[in-house]
Amino acid sequence: MNNWLVQHVSGLLSTLRRLRATPVSSLLNILVIGIALSLPAGMYVLLQNIQSLAEQVAGAPQISVFMSMDASHDDISRIGRQLKQHEAVGQVEFVPRAQALEQFKRSTGLADVIGGLTQNPLPDAYIVFPNKTGAGALEDLRDELQKWPKLEHVQLDSAWARKLEALLKFGRQAVLILAVLLSFALVAVTFNTIRLQILTQRDEIEVSKLIGATNAFIRRPFLYFGLLQGLLGGVAAWLIIIAGLFLLNGSLTELAQLYASSFALHAPSAGDTLMLLGFSAFLGWLGAWLSVAQHLWQIEPG
Amino acid sequence: MISFNKVCKRYPGGYEALKNVSFEIAEGEMVFLTGHSGAGKSTLLNLIAAIERPNSGSVVVKGQNVGSLKGGALPYLRRNLGLIFQDHKLLFDRSVFDNVMLPLQICGFDYRESDKRVRAALDKVGLLPREKANPIALSGGEQQRLCIARAIVSRPSILLADEPTGNLDTDYAADIMGIFKSFHQVGVTLLIASHDAGILRQFGARTLALKQGELQP
Repeated sequence: MNNWLVQHVSGLLSTLRRLRATPVSSLLNILVIGIALSLPAGMYVLLQNIQSLAEQVAGAPQISVFMSMDASHDDISRIGRQLKQHEAVGQVEFVPRAQALEQFKRSTGLADVIGGLTQNPLPDAYIVFPNKTGAGALEDLRDELQKWPKLEHVQLDSAWARKLEALLKFGRQAVLILAVLLSFALVAVTFNTIRLQILTQRDEIEVSKLIGATNAFIRRPFLYFGLLQGLLGGVAAWLIIIAGLFLLNGSLTELAQLYASSFALHAPSAGDTLMLLGFSAFLGWLGAWLSVAQHLWQIEPG
Repeated sequence: MISFNKVCKRYPGGYEALKNVSFEIAEGEMVFLTGHSGAGKSTLLNLIAAIERPNSGSVVVKGQNVGSLKGGALPYLRRNLGLIFQDHKLLFDRSVFDNVMLPLQICGFDYRESDKRVRAALDKVGLLPREKANPIALSGGEQQRLCIARAIVSRPSILLADEPTGNLDTDYAADIMGIFKSFHQVGVTLLIASHDAGILRQFGARTLALKQGELQP
């Protein structure tokens, strides 16, 4: 156990020596990996932010039911009862036309224009919160309500949220494709770095084999190198994303203020950050492993 | 300790380096291997360390048939052997001390113990004052002695030396042969290949003479 640990520590140390021996090329490699990873990871973070914004704005899906202008008080209360009794409906909120006008005045700042109207153009309305929020269930309910008498219009308020959801899904797929492609690039970068290292350390590898080094011993520093380079590349990607978010947030605050909102982009969660680092370390290790498997057997003493 | 039984080694292209070679070396024996260059001395040593494999016949080292050894077992065979190369095979990216340290690192030796062993090995060959130097700064004789220090640091039971006095003047050569003699006295099995018949005669040890790949009686 102790022996095993010593071997691994010395493998790691010799890896660090190799990194330090070529600071510029190591740094460039790490930067390339960092940039390659920051593209899909950064886009993923943006998508996450948009999604949480959408959830925040959309809230629970609701259906607005607008009465006809000629509906009587009896019609209105009958519809209210029917809605409350309907099995697919959870909660019902009545919005009288006077209150709706009042709200409209306040939220749009068109008080003067509205004040000039001789009569209230807005109908009475119910806001319906359905029990089931599945896309199909919502549409079924809307279609059913549409057929009721004395109803002018039934509107599914969450339709735009669903469109956004579909758009986000598309975006996530694009990110996934980008991530797969750039992962290959990362593996290729590590593969090539390790290939060059193996070539320059040919003598050491040959002598080590001659004096009884196992393949595992020879492989170890290279695998550590790939792992470490990948990990540092992941850290670089994380820093790039954080810096990008910081810059974007600066201009976003201004934009959000114009919309009287306080929206800011959030940094990736601890879980996502760990995923990013783990994934990039794994890809580095994989590239190193492939390279070692490809090149090491070519160096045989004799 | 080492036994060859009807060993043949042919290289691609048909050149026969060793023809039907048989001999035995007992534990603790010191044996010289002589012959002109191209007689097959290096090939014979390479077969013992499994750097090359025989085409026919068997090479047995410490009871193991080396010719049929699996790749995974090779490192453990080689850890029993101290190899001294004609071209030294030193690493010039590290100090004298670290060159000698390498075999112990490979075996996963405890590092405090390693320190002592490396110093002892360097002291034995008279290079302790140069431990921090880069091997490139050493003379030919010193490089040869460094190669010996690296071969003995893990205290192998068998030492194989290929032309250890190759390019050295007589004084240095006598030095190195003296070092070998001291290993012989502590029970190490030695096989020393050299074309320099004069220096071998002084020791009066058993001699295997190779001529064009064949062992002379």
